[in-house]
Amino acid sequence: MLKSRTRLATGTAFALAGALFLSACGGAKSGEEGAAGESCVDTSGDTVKLGFLNSTSGAMSISEQTVRDSLSLAMKEINADGGIMGKQIEAVVEDGASDPAIFAEKIEKLLTGDCVAAVFGGWTSASRKAMLPVVEANNGLLFYPVQYEGLEASENIYYTGATTNQQIIPAMDFLASEGTKTLFLAGSDYVFPRTANKIIKQYAAELGIEIVGEEYVPLDDDDWTTQVAKIVKAKPDFVFNTINGSSNVGFIKAYYEQGLGADTSPIISVSIAEEEAPAMGHSVTGQYAAWNYFQSVDTPTNAAFIKAFQDEYGASRPTSDPMEAAYTSLYLYKAIVEKAESFDVDDVNAASDGVSFDAPEGTVTIDGENHHIAKTALIGKINDDNQFDVVWSSETPIEPDPFLEGYSWWDPTAE
Amino acid sequence: MNPRLTALVRGAAPLIAIAALAVLLLVVAPATLSSFRLNNLGKYICWAIAAVGIGLAWGRGGMLVMGQGVFFGLGGYAMAMHLKLEAAGPEGIPDFMTLYGNGTMPGFWEPFRSGAFTLVAILVLPAVAATILGWAIFKRRVKGAYFAILTQALAVVFATLLIATIQETGGFNGLNQFTSFFGYNLYDPVNKRMVYSIAAGLLIACLLVVWQLYRSRFGELLVATRDAEERVRFLGHDPANIKLVAFVVAAMMASVGGAMFAPIAGIISPSDVDATASIFLIAGVALGGRALLLGPALGALTVGYGRTTLSETFPTQWTYFLGLLFVVVILLLPRGVGDLPRTLRSALKRSTA
Repeated sequence: MLKSRTRLATGTAFALAGALFLSACGGAKSGEEGAAGESCVDTSGDTVKLGFLNSTSGAMSISEQTVRDSLSLAMKEINADGGIMGKQIEAVVEDGASDPAIFAEKIEKLLTGDCVAAVFGGWTSASRKAMLPVVEANNGLLFYPVQYEGLEASENIYYTGATTNQQIIPAMDFLASEGTKTLFLAGSDYVFPRTANKIIKQYAAELGIEIVGEEYVPLDDDDWTTQVAKIVKAKPDFVFNTINGSSNVGFIKAYYEQGLGADTSPIISVSIAEEEAPAMGHSVTGQYAAWNYFQSVDTPTNAAFIKAFQDEYGASRPTSDPMEAAYTSLYLYKAIVEKAESFDVDDVNAASDGVSFDAPEGTVTIDGENHHIAKTALIGKINDDNQFDVVWSSETPIEPDPFLEGYSWWDPTAE
Repeated sequence: MNPRLTALVRGAAPLIAIAALAVLLLVVAPATLSSFRLNNLGKYICWAIAAVGIGLAWGRGGMLVMGQGVFFGLGGYAMAMHLKLEAAGPEGIPDFMTLYGNGTMPGFWEPFRSGAFTLVAILVLPAVAATILGWAIFKRRVKGAYFAILTQALAVVFATLLIATIQETGGFNGLNQFTSFFGYNLYDPVNKRMVYSIAAGLLIACLLVVWQLYRSRFGELLVATRDAEERVRFLGHDPANIKLVAFVVAAMMASVGGAMFAPIAGIISPSDVDATASIFLIAGVALGGRALLLGPALGALTVGYGRTTLSETFPTQWTYFLGLLFVVVILLLPRGVGDLPRTLRSALKRSTA
């Protein structure tokens, strides 16, 4: 008796669940909703909503907070100056939490829930890759402010940091001009260093520079002891450092502990900037970095930018390349919108080609084809104040070439 | 009240609760939530599916499984590989292999072109992995903190392995940019709701499975093993086998959760399956009440919802609030929020006595 009742109850339960499940599916299929990609952006009032999506928690928060700060500064300045097309910017801020899946979720919320006209943010390539399909599906806009590995050009993203032909390749030109014969590659184990090193190896072959070693360590790993021992053994003329974030501290520690220095095997870095240099735990005077902006850049706009930033956040705060690129991105957006006289994404894209801005790094111009910007490449040498003295420059802005189509030695499928 | 009627109601209570949850998730939620919010709920449901398994292994079996991210990842990556190949077309290979690799696809990807193979793999891969692992662990009578540390270490190893194999698994970036789910366009809101409904249906199914397991002789044995493993051994049962079954079922549920997470979140990356992600799963189970039928699922849903809501309301301080919530619950309600009624009842009894 009891047994049969049990079976009956179980059967009913399964049947019930099944029926609910089917009804939900059926309802979903017949339901009609607005097609994805329909814009809900409303700019009819006297404000325009923009999304700031940076990690303010997790491993990337120290770096991304600086970008958030300079975005907030640019917003304050633009609002004080009358806003974009007379509309005050209203920022909706979200935390990407250093997690690609969260970035994907939050940008969807910003675009479809808050109906922002554009989103500014992202840092790691993983965060950008996670946001890309969402911003494309909703025909939104993302301004990405960090130098990266190239090989991408989305209609819905503007890349205001350097692509490889504006940072990696000029750095190699600089090394060649220094008479470098042997080069050691040290990087974090993810897409940017892997891709950068693939380009470096192919260009090195072209320049006649020999690669004497290539080592990777996971992003969150600080132990570089064994890898640095290989550098000591290889005695390279230069070390090309594509390590990202706090792992640099462990690398620099091992580097100096094992007797290396700027006079024997100097380092050229692509992610150590003014913010990071004093945090290395050891003086890095005499080492090099490749960027498109240094705090030491001598332009009137830069002097104004530094003053405004330090007035806002304190005189001890340095300014760096990603911060400048983020600051510039908001001004570029304002310039495009005012040229297009519209916040509509298609109108913005149609108007973006050739829009330029007198940025702290110098004049930058948008390439409407690939949505990157022309930038001047700089090599800086770290001085005792942890500032960078510019020792080499490409002199003129370099046109962005994210797929390296203009470089005959580049073979994307080679190992 | 008639004692037979009371017994009947009490016996049916779990079923009524599951049915109520089913109505809530499958009827009320789709009717009231926006497409984006429903998709978010879908993600919490995926964590809840894994949490139901943790409830079985930890709540009833006493095994603190700190590395369920591994099994979540096995299912998630299996599904993601299939979706990635679907997006690449019949002869194509995933875009990241040409961008960051040498343009050739590793052999183990090939079978995942088949949807049927993928579905089987989502169940078989974690089952095989958990059986081998569980066999080695339980036969050696590894338990308690050692077991927890071992599973946690496994999650660390798994995430590190994924990060190190950029050409094979997409590395730190993970796998994303899926366009369709078994032929259904994933950008179409109607299809997104269908995927959501499948996940919700699977959660209900998993709850029914553990409900049956808890009522069965196996469920009794599992609790007995948790509370007095040696006595169970002396009674002639092998505790290793009992624990193994619970561990394998938990692993399969985590895998199913992961498999649904990939199309719903649109991405799976090492940060969704690493040690931190595994701890978040555990935290949800602890919050809801690990030994209760619905506790783990409701806890995971709450933690997921809390993460989203808190981070939207307090974008800079939300992690502190979430941390505080866990501390308060663990201090005041060590058996979870779901246990609140019983805690109150016993407190009341004490004060009246």
